[in-house]
Amino acid sequence: MTTSNDSAPRAAFDPALLLVVPAAAFMLLVFVYPFLNGLVDSFQPKEGGWLSNYAHFFTTDNLWPTIWTTLKLALPATLINVGFALPIAYKMRVKSRYQRWVTTILVVPITLGTVLIAEGMLTYFGPRGWLAQFLQFFHIYNGSIRLTHNYTGVLISLVISGFPFAFLLILSYITGIDPVLARAASTLGADPKSQFRHIYLPLLAPGLAMCFCLAFVQAFSVFPSAVLLGSPAGPTRVISIAAYEAAFEQYDYSLASAIAMIMGFVQLIIVAAVLGLRNVFYRGPVSGGKG
Amino acid sequence: MKNDFSDLKLDRVTRRFAGAGGHAFAALNELTLTVKRGEFICLLGPSGCGKSTALNCIAGLMQLSGGSIWLDDQRIDTLPPEKRGFGMVFQNYALFPHMTVAKNIGFGLKMRGVGSADIGSRVAHALKLVQLTGQEHKLPGQLSGGQQQRVAIARAIVIEPPLILMDEPLSNLDAKLRIETRAEIRRIHRELGRATIYVTHDQDEALSLADRIVVMKDGVVQQIGTPPEVYSQPANLHVARFMGYRNVLELGVEREEGDRVILDSAGMGLVGTRKQPLKGARAAVAIRPEEIYVGEGQGGLNTISATVDNVEYSGRDSLLDVVTSSGTVLHVRGPVTIKLGDAVRVHVPVDRALVYPLD
Repeated sequence: MTTSNDSAPRAAFDPALLLVVPAAAFMLLVFVYPFLNGLVDSFQPKEGGWLSNYAHFFTTDNLWPTIWTTLKLALPATLINVGFALPIAYKMRVKSRYQRWVTTILVVPITLGTVLIAEGMLTYFGPRGWLAQFLQFFHIYNGSIRLTHNYTGVLISLVISGFPFAFLLILSYITGIDPVLARAASTLGADPKSQFRHIYLPLLAPGLAMCFCLAFVQAFSVFPSAVLLGSPAGPTRVISIAAYEAAFEQYDYSLASAIAMIMGFVQLIIVAAVLGLRNVFYRGPVSGGKG
Repeated sequence: MKNDFSDLKLDRVTRRFAGAGGHAFAALNELTLTVKRGEFICLLGPSGCGKSTALNCIAGLMQLSGGSIWLDDQRIDTLPPEKRGFGMVFQNYALFPHMTVAKNIGFGLKMRGVGSADIGSRVAHALKLVQLTGQEHKLPGQLSGGQQQRVAIARAIVIEPPLILMDEPLSNLDAKLRIETRAEIRRIHRELGRATIYVTHDQDEALSLADRIVVMKDGVVQQIGTPPEVYSQPANLHVARFMGYRNVLELGVEREEGDRVILDSAGMGLVGTRKQPLKGARAAVAIRPEEIYVGEGQGGLNTISATVDNVEYSGRDSLLDVVTSSGTVLHVRGPVTIKLGDAVRVHVPVDRALVYPLD
């Protein structure tokens, strides 16, 4: 017996750890450095004390309300996306003849860029678009139709581009739940409604929270559709537009950085709140025993 | 939902699936069976024989393609599973992973609108029955496989179902636990006296648990009988093979005298007992290894000379492969003193050499 065997052996260097290096370097260069740079920059305003950018943001009438404007778009869009995706994904959980077709049709918009969606919406939903012409031709609705260049237009585009994302995410969570659990519940007297409420919903809750966060972050950073389909000077002047104007119209990078930091902070609060709520629910394997 | 019944009748229950090339095949073909109150029935057969299909049809998890199911005079095959109220134990337990043991067991009672105080006492009673008292606040993931299976059993019986369905409940357990849990299931059945339909591919399980065994193959019932009947008087060659008649010899039929059949007098010369009408000049003889004895038969009847070709020691005795002069291999259980290469004489009683037509 040797003494070296008695002490805990020093872990040998695992060369596989080197595989982390490229990703770590990438994160450092492309995310961490610019982020810290922006953070420091935001405390070095053109004039005034180190907090004056933030003071400026919260005292200027066309800046601080952008937080609410963005939230008023992003929260309903996220709720609609997650809320509609859930029942449809639940219906699509069993393999059927229609499943593949419905899934394909629902997912197609994810392949379209926001600009393409905006273009399409302008032709379809615009005041002289196909929808308006159709409704007026058949005298279904003769009033003026305003679905673009306002709040509604941006909301619709956020739903079109965000829904497939939420749907796919929830579908993958639902199909991961062992269907034998619902069958077991049915033999114990649970009708389909109770099966959803007592089995699927609690097991899905952590996934739904995650899906909500991802969909929310995506919607909160809305920019192209707010410009193309909204009224960027008024009701859809979202926070990213404010940052853009500061950076590229007033060339005040320091203020733009501060706005970006505020934007990130608001997202962080919502995400932290939702993920905090997630801890209330069961998290663990979603099958009922050995495979 | 009834809590008791005197007869569960399956009347020509059939389930077809779409098979390859659009041809429907019957996974379960005209199963007719009457289960008496308190009876323990085993559906036994190899995988794909339709036994689980039958169970799912009874539970309501699968629609019938034909036939009907009756609980006394009430037709139940048109009811959804939640309206039938049968307790079911699944092969992979199917415990709800997000609920504690107590919540899992109480789920069926909650769905029935039972008050929470009542649920508490009935769950406690069920936990005691499966000997899991003290585990009620654990999540299923914190239990061992055997404990999970006992929770699954408690969850199925706590609703006091008229009928308990079990789908290979022991197949995920190791050998020792399987035997213990098997005894447990037998004890619980004795205590509750609830009719049980139990699906298994394991003949030992079926023999030790069942009041009656239903042997199935390719969706068709082969034999329905008590364990001794199925064990010692298999209805056909398939059942015989499945029940451990490892020696199946194809021999020429010399003549039949009553139910005695004299086979292949030129070769080994066997006399057997006919179990089914024979057709053609050849027949199959099925013999268990433990019913071939080393030594001379009475008056030298059914006695064969052979050489030991392989010996598998199994403690109390050995499993021998012996080769006759004509080159036929017989599996024989014999004393551990016999060694490889020994010349032996073996014999089989006439009533234990069962003769069937070839399939």
